[in-house]
Amino acid sequence: MVAALSGSKLRARRMALGLRQGDVAQAAGLSASYLNLIEHNRRRVPPDVLSRLAAALSDTPEAFADGGGGAALDDLRAVALAWPAAEFARTDEFAQRFPGWAEAVLAMHHRSMAQEAAIAAVNDRMSHDPHLSASLHEVLSAVASVRSTSVILAETDDLEPEWQARFMRNLDQDSARLAKGAEALVRYLDSGGQIDAQGSASPQEEVEAWASGLDWQIASADIPSALSASARDMARALQGDIRADHASLPNAAFRAAIAAHGPDPRAIASALSAPPFAAFRRLAFAPDLGLGLVACDGSGTLVLRRPIPGFSLPRFGAACPLWPLFTALARPMQAIEAVVEVGAAIPNAPRFSLRAFGMASHPAGFGGPELRRAMMLIIPASAQAAPVQGVGATCRTCLRTHCPARREPSILAGAPERNSAPNSGL
Amino acid sequence: MAGHILLIEDEPNIAEAIRFLLGRDGWQVTVLTTGQGAIAEIARLCPQLVILDLMLPVRSGLQILTDIRADPATQDLPVLMLTAKGQERDREAALAAGVSNFMTKPFDNKEMCAAVRTLMGGD
Repeated sequence: MVAALSGSKLRARRMALGLRQGDVAQAAGLSASYLNLIEHNRRRVPPDVLSRLAAALSDTPEAFADGGGGAALDDLRAVALAWPAAEFARTDEFAQRFPGWAEAVLAMHHRSMAQEAAIAAVNDRMSHDPHLSASLHEVLSAVASVRSTSVILAETDDLEPEWQARFMRNLDQDSARLAKGAEALVRYLDSGGQIDAQGSASPQEEVEAWASGLDWQIASADIPSALSASARDMARALQGDIRADHASLPNAAFRAAIAAHGPDPRAIASALSAPPFAAFRRLAFAPDLGLGLVACDGSGTLVLRRPIPGFSLPRFGAACPLWPLFTALARPMQAIEAVVEVGAAIPNAPRFSLRAFGMASHPAGFGGPELRRAMMLIIPASAQAAPVQGVGATCRTCLRTHCPARREPSILAGAPERNSAPNSGL
Repeated sequence: MAGHILLIEDEPNIAEAIRFLLGRDGWQVTVLTTGQGAIAEIARLCPQLVILDLMLPVRSGLQILTDIRADPATQDLPVLMLTAKGQERDREAALAAGVSNFMTKPFDNKEMCAAVRTLMGGD
């Protein structure tokens, strides 16, 4: 609250004593009009005048001092200065007569300042982020080359076959570069939705970046204090899971199970009487196996992501609904497996074997909610692995045509006909 | 004898397209793919125009432009700079350093050829 001002306090005291303005002014050696201005907070009260007025009102000057709202008043004056239409000279009066409104104006002013600071932080990140700059440069360079080259091909009637072949090859190279650059850009912008006021990432991203920096060997690692408090909590929880995984799947037994069953988390968990998700994590975090992992909760939100080259995991927004992960979420306790091809249906597209498993739990017992969670192990597969299901990372960046599961058009597809119509969701 | 143009551009496919376009217009084009040694090449080739990419490995286009303008032998040499959208601050710096003209990537082929003709003393 903007605190009460001297003038208002003087006026209240005078009226409480039943004195007339003229009488008090005369007793203090002031004109009645000057006291009127003071009482309406239109004039500041010099200390000597305040002493005389206080004496006239049988009180001490301290009783009429400004109520500690100096900083708030300064802010209010700054707001008034920034708005030419505002009556700056009447700022004190406004604060006193309409303290609720003054507080609302100040609250909005402070919120606006905080938002400006957040925007400046994000803008700074966008301006100076080397990843963004590199992605933009890559895209613009490829676009420039494609545009010049395609115009040459389209408008040069007598183009020699050698030049024609050379330019066709260049177009092919640049279109591939363009697709990669655009994907990188979209991934970056997707993550931008999670930038907070300090310009940093979400706690989950912080944890994943920290774990990734240690190649996910975090069981006994120190959690850096540089992480946010939320991220440290999440890191401790993950560390706890990983330590429990090591306890239930000791290294020698775990390695023997891999030798016997391959990277099959259900078989390994069953052979060693371990929780299934422990086997998923042990396999994914083994530094020599080169496997990826993604986990989701009952809403389908990705809660843990260990990506591997060739299989993009969206950092923000919903993942591809064709992943076996979501089938496993809907069918708890069933092992779901699929061989998939990622991205556009092109020759030599990378293939992966995806093994997923979902579980339901009731941590609050009967009457409590059922919680579901699913995990999916991502295993590089040979180019001959079949049969193959086409999947993507997320609809926004997926170039697969005529996908029955598409939610929205891909922003990487130029012409609408390249996409199937988005699914109505019904 | 055809006018000689030195093109300093690290994107080989863009360089190839520009070389083709300017070659069809009758200009002799030499391509450098890095900023390293650019000043020595300018001194050796004595081109009538330098087309300079702003973002180059080793030495930036801005550094090369500054060196060109600092040398009395090349201070009046026309320089056409290639920039990308979003490099407005760099463009301002290049303007202050004495660039003759800009082309923004992606550029229009006809506009590129017209700009070159103008800087080479044509129309």
